[in-house]
Amino acid sequence: MAAVRTRGEVIRHRLSVTAVLVILLITLAPIFWITATAFKPRNLATTMPPTVFFEPEISPFVKLFTKRSQLREPPTEEVYNAAPWWEKTVFDGGEKVVRSGRGEVQPSGYPSRFLNSLIVAITSTVLAVSMGTITAYGFSRFKVKGEDDWLFFILSTRMLPPVVVAIPMFLMYRAVGLNDTHLGLIILYTAFNLSFSVWLMKGFIDEIPKEYEDAALVDGYTRMQAFFKIVLPEAATGIAATAVFCFITAWNEYAFALIMTNRRAQTAPPFIPSQVGSGLPDWTVIAAGTFLFLLPVAIFTFLLRNHLLRGMSFGAIRK
Amino acid sequence: MAHIELRGVTKTFGAARALSDLSLDIADGQFFVLLGETGAGKTTTLRLIAGLEKPTEGRVFIDGQDVTGWGAAERDVALVLQQYSLYPRYTVRQNLEFPLKSPIRPSSPAEIAARVARVAKTLRIEHLLDRKTDRLSGGEMQRVSIGRAIVRTPKVFLMDEPLSALDAKLREALRAELKDLQMNLGETFLFVTHDQVEAMSMGDRIGVLNKGVLVQVGTPHEIYTNPINTFVARAVGSPAMNLMPGAVERGQAVAGSLRLPLEGAESGRPLIFGIRPEDLELGGEGAPARVVDVENHGVEKIVTLQVGAQALRATVPVTLRVVAGDAVGLGWNPGKVVLFDQATGRSLRHGG
Ligand SMILES: Nc1ncnc2c1ncn2[C@@H]1O[C@H](COP(=O)(O)OP(=O)(O)OP(=O)(O)O)[C@@H](O)[C@H]1O
Ligand SMILES: [Mg+2]
Repeated sequence: MAAVRTRGEVIRHRLSVTAVLVILLITLAPIFWITATAFKPRNLATTMPPTVFFEPEISPFVKLFTKRSQLREPPTEEVYNAAPWWEKTVFDGGEKVVRSGRGEVQPSGYPSRFLNSLIVAITSTVLAVSMGTITAYGFSRFKVKGEDDWLFFILSTRMLPPVVVAIPMFLMYRAVGLNDTHLGLIILYTAFNLSFSVWLMKGFIDEIPKEYEDAALVDGYTRMQAFFKIVLPEAATGIAATAVFCFITAWNEYAFALIMTNRRAQTAPPFIPSQVGSGLPDWTVIAAGTFLFLLPVAIFTFLLRNHLLRGMSFGAIRK
Repeated sequence: MAHIELRGVTKTFGAARALSDLSLDIADGQFFVLLGETGAGKTTTLRLIAGLEKPTEGRVFIDGQDVTGWGAAERDVALVLQQYSLYPRYTVRQNLEFPLKSPIRPSSPAEIAARVARVAKTLRIEHLLDRKTDRLSGGEMQRVSIGRAIVRTPKVFLMDEPLSALDAKLREALRAELKDLQMNLGETFLFVTHDQVEAMSMGDRIGVLNKGVLVQVGTPHEIYTNPINTFVARAVGSPAMNLMPGAVERGQAVAGSLRLPLEGAESGRPLIFGIRPEDLELGGEGAPARVVDVENHGVEKIVTLQVGAQALRATVPVTLRVVAGDAVGLGWNPGKVVLFDQATGRSLRHGG
């Protein structure tokens, strides 16, 4: 980083630091709010003015993962004492954990929705990025007739707001039995992300000198082998950046998930708010669900941060 | 070791014509240099021989076998590229091993290790073996590139201006090393350059390429003393050959105000007189000329002269005392004068 020297530079430096801090605050405030609410006792979640200092509780997470019902009357001392610590937190909130006839705890809908989200987002990301990479490689390295038109066509699939086609898609999906299936959502999200992935990857692959592959071809490798041995490692940065974008898009998608799924393949985004409506909304549980939902993206982005920093500059400062 | 032949090769990229009807014969064990300006089609020629491009017309033969339809992997050639020839994520050792690990020509691990060690020793890059290639200097990179070519024993070595990115000193050193290497290996080399000094000092034979056309092929001596046309005359030699348009009148070459003796040429025909700077003589009797500039190059001086409207360059021994502004008598060695037809630029000795 350049050393700060003159008065003008000092002032400009302070101004930009202030601006960054303000933006950071604005961005992080909701995340802080959700995180705080996820650990609040229920009665403090919606107080006015908001409660900032409180004793954190784990009960929202217990409630998030279990099926519960309202208690008409408080549990007997015997039952309460026999319950494990986490069940007590539910009793404390005036609810009880629903158990099957054999005493097994019934899970809520959340874990399976979360798993669905993971399955759909990861699979569609892998598909979109791998197909996008291969397509981009083809466009980048070979003469394709009407290349520009094809690329524009691919991009144009992105110009229509996806929700516009939601109803026809829904009808078609119903006709072929893809409603409420993982496969259905995976196909949808892969299709969303593919055009984006092709364009992004083409930019990255164009940056890789094709002389590397020429050298490998002369050295006795096939184009396929040259692709896997030389191009793919060189494109790692681009692949990471593209994967993060695709993953976030698929992970956050709400409208189609809401329309196309309801039980088996439902993802977390439509599920979490659906909990608001059942009885009195327990905002702490919703916050807990949202908090956990934020984690995979954060972890994924954190793991790929080095690649991302280089990738965001779109090859401008490669090496 | 191999003999390479191109027969009537034409290569077009869309409307652009990179090579026109190129025929070329490179004997087994020869160090052949292809000399040409930028855009002349040198890289294209190499890529055609390597199998990275297919000719639009014509055929390519290696060892008498028609390889026109073969892929690059099957041709068994080694290529040192103008740039970007090392894999950036690999260490020097991995780069050297890469051609040996190819599935088409597999080698045993012991053999790979032995060959890499031998090449590293030959090129004095042993201390670099475990370094990443993006941490190398330009000269080191080029050594490794050459190493990657010679680590196996291909039929032919193709080198695309491997030295052009280096500074003068290193270039000279590597030039000598490459030449030695070729002599020791006894292999066929096709070396491409735009640097005529490199071409003259390294080549057994030189091919001069101009805008996709192979203009002349010959030994460095032939090309230098007997250029086929004014293009080649200008392309080789430093400073270049002096070219003066004029005609012969009564046993004298007349070019503007310059008159010098010349026997045995057809009178009246519009010609261009070509004379190398070292074949001009200063002092004594001769045509009057004025010294415009003197460059001292240590062993010799390059003198720029003005004769009428004509500027000429002469190389003279350093011991000759001339300074800018001197009036001198200019003579030449009539036996060394090359005559070109003024209309076609072709040398009369080559039927111009
Ligand atoms: N892939 C290509 N597509 C279109 N034109 C090309 C292609 N490759 C080469 N050309 C053209 O063919 C001509 C010869 O190019 P080539 O690369 O062989 O020149 P060169 O002699 O190697 O030049 P340099 O000394 O600059 O490397 C040039 O006019 C170039 O623009
Ligand atoms: Mg070139």
